[in-house]
Amino acid sequence: MTFDEIRSRAISEWEALEHSDKPRIYIGTATCGRASGALTVLEAIKSELAKHSIEAIIIQVGCIGLCYAEPLVDIAKPNRPRISYSNVTPEIVPQLIEDYIVNDNPRPDLALGTIGDGSVDGIPKLFELPMLKPQVRIVLRNCGLIDPRNINHYIARGGYSGLVRALGMRPEEVIEEIKKSGLRGRGGAGFPTGQKWEFCRKSPGKVKYLICNADEGDPGAFMNRSLLEGDPHAVLEGMLIGAYAIGATEGYIYIRAEYPLAIERLKLALHQVEDYGLLGDNILGSNFSFGITIKQGAGAFVCGEETALMASIEGKRGMPRPRPPFPAQSGLWGKPTNINNVGTWGHVSAILQRGADWYAGYGSEKSKGTKVFALAGKVNRTGLIEVPMGISLQEIIYEVGGGIPDGKQFKAVQTGGPSGGFLPASLLNLPVDYEELTGAGSIMGSGGMIVMDEDNCMVETAKFFLSFTQAESCGKCVPCRLGTKQMLDILEDITKGEGKPEDIDLLEDLAKDVVAGSLCALGGTAPNPVLTAVRYFRDEYEEHIINKRCRALACLPLVSYYIDPDKCEGCLICARNCPEEAIAGGKRMVHVIDQSKCTKCGTCLDVCPARFGAVIKVSGEEFPVPNEPIPVKKARKE
Amino acid sequence: METIRLTIDGQEVEARRGVTVLEAAQAAGIYIPTLCSDPDLEPYGACRLCIVEIEGMRGLPPACTTPAADGMVVHTETPAVNKVRHTTVELLIADHPSDCLTCPKNQQCDLQKVAAYLGVTQQRFRKTTRLLPIDTSNPFFDRDLNYCILCGKCVRICDEVLGVGAITLAFRGYASKVATFDDGLLLDSNCVSCGECVAHCPVGALAVKDAKPPTREVATTCPYCGVGCGIYLGIRHEQVIGVRGNREGVNKGSLCVKGRFGIAEFIHHPERLTTPLIRRNGELTEASWDEALDLVASKLAKYSPDEVAVVSSAKCTNEENYVIQKLARVVLGTNNVDHCARLCHASTVAGLGQSFGAGAMTNSINEIGDAGCILAIGTNTTSAHPVIGLQVVKAVRNGAKLIVANPRQIDLVRLADLWLSHKPGTDVALLMGMMRVIVDEGLLDSAFIEARCENYDAFKESLKSFDLDTVEGITGVAKDRIAEAARIYATNKPSSILYAMGITQHSHGTDNVIATANLAMLTGNIGQPSTGVNPLRGQNNVQGACDLGALPNVYPGYQAVAIPAIREKFEAAWGCSLNPSPGLTLTEIFEAACQRQIKAIYLVGENPVLSEPCAHHMEELKEMDFFVVQDIFLSETAQLADVVLPAASFAEKDGTFTNTERRVQRVRKAIEPVGDSKPDWWITCQIARRMGSQGFDFEHPSQIMGEITSLTPSYGGISYSRLDNGGLQWPCPTEEHPGTPILHTRLFTRGKGRFVPLGYKPSMELPDSEYPLILTTGRSLFHWHTGTITRRVKGLNILRGEELVEINPEDASTLGVADGEMVRVISRRGEVVAKARVTEVSPVGVVFMTFHFAESPTNIITNPALDPVAKIPEYKVCAVRIERNGSSARS
Repeated sequence: MTFDEIRSRAISEWEALEHSDKPRIYIGTATCGRASGALTVLEAIKSELAKHSIEAIIIQVGCIGLCYAEPLVDIAKPNRPRISYSNVTPEIVPQLIEDYIVNDNPRPDLALGTIGDGSVDGIPKLFELPMLKPQVRIVLRNCGLIDPRNINHYIARGGYSGLVRALGMRPEEVIEEIKKSGLRGRGGAGFPTGQKWEFCRKSPGKVKYLICNADEGDPGAFMNRSLLEGDPHAVLEGMLIGAYAIGATEGYIYIRAEYPLAIERLKLALHQVEDYGLLGDNILGSNFSFGITIKQGAGAFVCGEETALMASIEGKRGMPRPRPPFPAQSGLWGKPTNINNVGTWGHVSAILQRGADWYAGYGSEKSKGTKVFALAGKVNRTGLIEVPMGISLQEIIYEVGGGIPDGKQFKAVQTGGPSGGFLPASLLNLPVDYEELTGAGSIMGSGGMIVMDEDNCMVETAKFFLSFTQAESCGKCVPCRLGTKQMLDILEDITKGEGKPEDIDLLEDLAKDVVAGSLCALGGTAPNPVLTAVRYFRDEYEEHIINKRCRALACLPLVSYYIDPDKCEGCLICARNCPEEAIAGGKRMVHVIDQSKCTKCGTCLDVCPARFGAVIKVSGEEFPVPNEPIPVKKARKE
Repeated sequence: METIRLTIDGQEVEARRGVTVLEAAQAAGIYIPTLCSDPDLEPYGACRLCIVEIEGMRGLPPACTTPAADGMVVHTETPAVNKVRHTTVELLIADHPSDCLTCPKNQQCDLQKVAAYLGVTQQRFRKTTRLLPIDTSNPFFDRDLNYCILCGKCVRICDEVLGVGAITLAFRGYASKVATFDDGLLLDSNCVSCGECVAHCPVGALAVKDAKPPTREVATTCPYCGVGCGIYLGIRHEQVIGVRGNREGVNKGSLCVKGRFGIAEFIHHPERLTTPLIRRNGELTEASWDEALDLVASKLAKYSPDEVAVVSSAKCTNEENYVIQKLARVVLGTNNVDHCARLCHASTVAGLGQSFGAGAMTNSINEIGDAGCILAIGTNTTSAHPVIGLQVVKAVRNGAKLIVANPRQIDLVRLADLWLSHKPGTDVALLMGMMRVIVDEGLLDSAFIEARCENYDAFKESLKSFDLDTVEGITGVAKDRIAEAARIYATNKPSSILYAMGITQHSHGTDNVIATANLAMLTGNIGQPSTGVNPLRGQNNVQGACDLGALPNVYPGYQAVAIPAIREKFEAAWGCSLNPSPGLTLTEIFEAACQRQIKAIYLVGENPVLSEPCAHHMEELKEMDFFVVQDIFLSETAQLADVVLPAASFAEKDGTFTNTERRVQRVRKAIEPVGDSKPDWWITCQIARRMGSQGFDFEHPSQIMGEITSLTPSYGGISYSRLDNGGLQWPCPTEEHPGTPILHTRLFTRGKGRFVPLGYKPSMELPDSEYPLILTTGRSLFHWHTGTITRRVKGLNILRGEELVEINPEDASTLGVADGEMVRVISRRGEVVAKARVTEVSPVGVVFMTFHFAESPTNIITNPALDPVAKIPEYKVCAVRIERNGSSARS
């Protein structure tokens, strides 16, 4: 089969689906959807359809990125736009089937938005909603819209036309096209992709390797997983284009074993491309041959670092080595190797499909195109978002993310995963691109974005992230292994109120040496949370050390619970619930917490009836209370 | 070699392209602190102390991993560099115990040196501690990871240099540490106890137990195997207290467990013989030297030349072997002189003599690492020649193809591209099969054959009967594997053949040797660097003992007794007439002794009671008319003697050993002889003098060497003063000659290389229904031959304290034998009892034993069948059956 035949078949299949006279039900069953119960919803849909003897087409799709709204179920009836329903439960399913499919009531009250041409009264267009409107979906172009297990869906929407176009060009021209697009590595460091390919292409050697880095290890980050689960062919096409441009004959996808669904989808996708002659020997008659092997990683964060990753593929302990030599000169098994992140490959396929000029139309001057972020933390609408480079943090957090929940104050946003810096409110207008983030003390990273509010202590949070990077340090170089440990010990002391005034300077000084002295980017960036915290929130550190105060009330050793004698009604509830029996007081007596016994578990605060609100939590201050329980009446009089 | 120029700290520096910035700086005498770099290891870049600034490069690149480049401008001591270095060392100190004064590495600690160099005098950081348990399980050294700075040298040595990988970095973050598999004790791991990690550890994490620094050191040569490692004996109060490797030696500083930890203890062992013993009333009783020597002289004088024999020693020096054979020939008038080379490489001398004209390693040890292909056949290199094993590991790391041909799954198999597990005794068929493929597929070197060899057509004719179906049938190796081996060997030049006793100790050992020679000639793999046929000799000086004429048919320098002109030359030099008939070989001497034809034996440094095949008849030595044994311990053989003469150990005398690569190396006296022991050369000369002979009045071994060089052309240019600058490889005919690392470069020693047609001959005793298993014998890494010295080193006995009969699980299951159970191994000649080790290392149908343990004297059951040419016994194949100990007879 020629590719044209493959494509026209795929388009027919896709159009037949789109124009089917049966209702179509799309359900997001990627890992995130499953975690929210999508599979039970799917079962409910099937049984409900059977109950009504409805013949419908069920299509399992990937993640569209609206985590807060999962599980998502879309229903498309013939000649009607597809309607997306959010937070669907098995209980809601019968209503949707009966009301919409059977009785044609689209239930605007349950709907989130419509997808595609046409409109439905009372339901907005999904991509016009505030969380989607600022987004530009290039990498995620198919996620949530197609069946990732069906290669024809991908091809029908333009898939593999980028590869076909590339094979019609000389490899150097493909590299030129990528250079022109301005694409930079989406793994985080932002090295110009075209240039990297050129180095590898020009490296002497017959055998060259190409690697897709899918070792997504940042806590809270799931860009790669979503793409691989939702649109694996977008990545494979990018790899094939890259391999052709570089002259690589063997490729590896290094993926963490904790991503079983992504691995399953990749394996299936690899079989499909092989069957279509898009992978293997003499691809589409071009004399270009390429094979791909999936290598599962054992979950070490550091294996996301390219030299550690290659060591791991070689069967060694995943530990970075110094560069030079760079992988383009001497990488996997000592051969020239090009390694790019899952996201980068996803961009590559889009660029070849639609052209470098189109791609470069998005983004800022030095950072072209879009970036996918996993938006999480204290933000109303968490999810996977794809925004043009140069968009401000403000737009991401307040428009896409819908602002901070519960009317709390924004405090900081961390970009780039556990090694990213904390950026304060004063930097909310910062455009998101590589240089701006680095200049502010953070990094683009692979795309984690965590929003923090007033309840987050900037000492405690820095300690939290550092404890992750310290635990994941490979242990090879001294500054990373021992420097981060020392920093962690200092932070630990500060959160316990045992910090010394000189600790802040020591911390900052040591952090800079860890950055300068570490072997790889793990150690080189691990101090970022601490450095930015000290830079932007130094007063919080000083308060911890000098005033023994944690304003976020997060550092338990610095927090105290008191019972306000003016509010306590002596109801006994807190005293009965205190696990340490630290609360003294009788009926109608003002209760008193024995501070020497209190373990600061917060139970008293939780159980004190809201109408009293007598338990208060403070830090760095003493609250006047009686020495021992006194009658409530007496307290009021005083 | 391309030279580049760079600037380091303002100084113009020349360097070879390919070196690192650190190496360029060190070569120019510029110090850059480092804790993890090591010339023996690949760059690592972990300690971050060698960071520098390089103009035009970002950040602080480590000098140890950054390639030096032309025009590079390097600054090694900028404020930015020093700040990070200072902090890094402070971090290490904060995480390191502070008890330097009581640390075993005090004043030898690199962390101390670096801290002092950087001027780290304050401590800003919080003290961190790990509180890890100390591993004291290894008998020779302790491992205290609380002192570890994770430089990774131990892990890297064990992996990169040893190829063992007993330890690795485990865990992550602050919990990172060096660990064995499953984080257990070293003793329970696959650690080979070589101590390379200890020697390279920069801090107190790995330290030799109870180590004290020596007050002086003496450079000498290791007395164990034929590799001939250079060592320094550490001396304190006239006691040898330790050993370290000599980086100038063939070993480049590396040592094995025996060399590093198995020497000091035996030298000063309380059982050392310190006074002559004479058997009186059946008991060996102490005697004076005069009594003993006079007795020996007067007794030996009574026998005719055909009634007396001399057994020399491959453990003794060249000078001693020379005077011993001279005593036999000049004083006793007999050529009945031989030594244990008969039991190990007689077939090499015979076989390679026929093919090439010289029966020795054709190439040098340090070429092996650069080979393109290594065929290791019949050599368990990592156990028997551990430091040559390192060269194999190096070659494999450099990309060489390794073919291991061995019935057993020896350690090298792990590194091999191809393992041919052929049936014991089928080497000729295997090698001829490979050669058949090479000829059939046109992979031979016709030009080389044409120009350098002879008798090719007759040889080619003999290949006809070795079609692969036949060969597969004989060897049990699949055809395609044989063909693959042939192709790998023929197409990855330079290809080097390593072999040892798996080739030689057969009733067709000479044929085996010739087969290897044919293979090398067929592909032109001879006379070039990293090629050749390389017999790995067993004993420290077995090469030298052969060279110096401790053989019944040749005088020193392989000059044949039977050639009148040569005999006349020696008669002139020695001032006497010499016996024209070649004498008896070692195996024949003992046979003749048992039959009372030989009535007296003067035996030096040998232990035939454990080492001869079918050894129980050695008890008959006791019945001999007069039996003199000269040794450093009262060996099982010495216990049978009429007179025992206490010899000085290698550490107590001067001399030379010749290693397996024909390198003559110095042995230097480090301490006075223990007790009243005397150097062997002195004792032998005393006997000769007391028998009235002239020409034995040497006062120092250097005088003996003077006489050797005048009579031995290949040693002609050797002198002690030249050897002070390192060893010399023979042939070294003149004082100007630099020695010969590679033989047969332009011509073979015999002129043309001779192809010898071969046929397959089965081993003399094959398994049958009564004795269904093949017993093959070999060595353990932890012991030496009959254990006379290693069994007296406690630690080695902890590492391996008894005989283990290795048996395949399938055979064990058939026999109902469990791992660790005592079994009886029975042959037609007798039986021994030993513990079974059930292991897949042994293939089905083959059991393996060593011969180190007097408690289980394996050679009681081995087959004394001899190779007709070399008279070497067939130690590698005999038929046995195994019974559970305690179970009655046959079931």
